[in-house]
Parts: sequence; C-alpha cells; structure tokens
Amino acid sequence: MRPRPEPVQVVKQRRDRALKALVENIPYVRFLNIHFERHGNELTAVLNFHDELIGNPALPAIHGGVTAAFLETSALIGLAWQNLWEKIETGAIDAEALSAETLPRMPKTIDFTVDYLRTGLPRDAYARARVNRSGRRYASVHVEAWQDDVTRPFAQATGHFLMPMPSPG
Amino acid sequence: MTDDYETRKDRVARFMQALPHCRALNMTLVDIGPGEAVMSMPWDEKLVGDPATGVIHGGAVSSLMDSCGGTAVMVHPDGPGGTATLDLRIDYMRPATPGQTITARATCYHITRTVAFVRAVATDDDTERPVATASGAFTVTGAGA
Repeated sequence: MRPRPEPVQVVKQRRDRALKALVENIPYVRFLNIHFERHGNELTAVLNFHDELIGNPALPAIHGGVTAAFLETSALIGLAWQNLWEKIETGAIDAEALSAETLPRMPKTIDFTVDYLRTGLPRDAYARARVNRSGRRYASVHVEAWQDDVTRPFAQATGHFLMPMPSPG
Repeated sequence: MTDDYETRKDRVARFMQALPHCRALNMTLVDIGPGEAVMSMPWDEKLVGDPATGVIHGGAVSSLMDSCGGTAVMVHPDGPGGTATLDLRIDYMRPATPGQTITARATCYHITRTVAFVRAVATDDDTERPVATASGAFTVTGAGA
C-alpha cells in the first residue's frame, strides 16, 4: 500500500522555511524590497516599487541598474532554489535545521546580459527564471520580468553561474 | 582645466544627484572627459549580497556600471539629448573587497545618430585587478548638445 501523504501544513511549512532561509538576511534584497512567491516549486520574484528605485525622475522610470539587479537576484535565487528543492524533498537536507549558516553556498555570477525592452514603469514588477542548464560546475539561467502584462516583458536576461563545490565528505 | 570643463562637470554631477537611485546608492561623479565618465560608490551595509562575507551584491555594481555608461554617452562630444540602456553585459571577475569604494570608468567609444557603444571597468582599491567589466549599447535620442 502507498504510504499516506504528509499533511499539507507539514509540506508547506518545510518548503516555506527553506525559501525563507534562502532569501532572508540578504541586505541588498531587502533594500530593493524584493520578495518571492512560491507555488509548489515555482517561484515568482516581486519587486515592490518605491521612490529610491527611480532612475529618471522626468519620465519617471525604474533605474536600469535596478532592473538588472532584480533580474540577477531572480535568476540566482531561482537557480539556488531549484537545487535546494531537490535536497529538501529527498530529505538530503533537513529543512527544519536550515539557517544562514547551514545553507548550501550560493552560486556565483560569471556574467549577466540584460536586454531592456521597454521602460520600467513606477509600479511593481515581477520576474520568473528558467534554468536552461544546471551542470556540476556551470549553469545557464534565463529570466524575464514584466509589470502589467505577462506577455509583454519589459526586460529579459541570460546569465552564467558558477555552481558551489560540494562540501567535502 | 578650463571653466567649461568645471561647468560641464558640475552640471553632470547635479543631474546625477537628481536621480533618486544614484542618490540612494551614494554614487558620485569623479571625473568626465569627452565620451568618458568615472563614477564611484562607497561600500554600504545595505548593498551587501553575501552577509557571510560582506561582499557587495553584483546588482549594485550593475547599477554603477549602467549609470556610468549612460553618463559617458551623455558627455560624448556628439552627445545626444537623452539616452537609455538597450543592453548591458557584465562580467564578474572577482568579489569586491568589503569596505572598499567601487569605482567605474566608462568609455563611449563609438556613437552613431541612433546608437552609442560603451565599455566599462569597475575596480576597488586594487586598481590592477578589475572587479567587473561591462559592455553595452545605449539609445541616442533628442538633439545634440
């Protein structure tokens, strides 16, 4: 007989705890005011608009650097989350014991290329990353950001990342 | 340096100070030349991307590179009325040393009536080893200066 599925609260709590451990404590993510919404293993990054994100006050428009930072954060967390997800779901890592200290090391950005498609408007933005390849050493991630209409992204980017070395032993 | 240079540099510095995100990151204009800009950003706790080491987030370096690149376009002798980033590629060579100011130098090495091409390098106190390099294309809009 198939074992009974875990209660929904237990599953949710484990996954939310792991995600929280991954994104909290990063001062720059807090400064930009980015948070992540999770549906199963799918993540959407949300950039809450505030005045400090403005680059051109005449338009006004979100600073291109903010857009780049938002995309890079979404790609990096998306990649780290995909790897962490497997480890917590298989039980290789105990989500209960996860903290900033016990978290697997983050991938490092090698390069990041941003296409600016439209002006970033002074309102919230959303981004979703797709890991196109995640090897033992290198990963390639694509990410798209939109504001009002998901079919009309205002920026997209592709980045290459160096995966953390597995801890010895 | 001529008065023209000082006036122009002041004008660019004032323009930059009016950009909320540049102000939030404490960016300052260090120098300008024909199609060249030097800009710095001090280390700040709120810009840290890795709390374990205190290394600044790559995104903050991107912001500095983007601002510096746009400024290099604006101060080009065939300078446009306005500019916006079309694309920007950043290569990260090494983590910036925590506590040190990051300085970006951008050059607008070619400009047409519609597009400006830019290269930039970012360093910390160790100016021999770049922290990051960037290359990008910017739009050229409005009447020339």
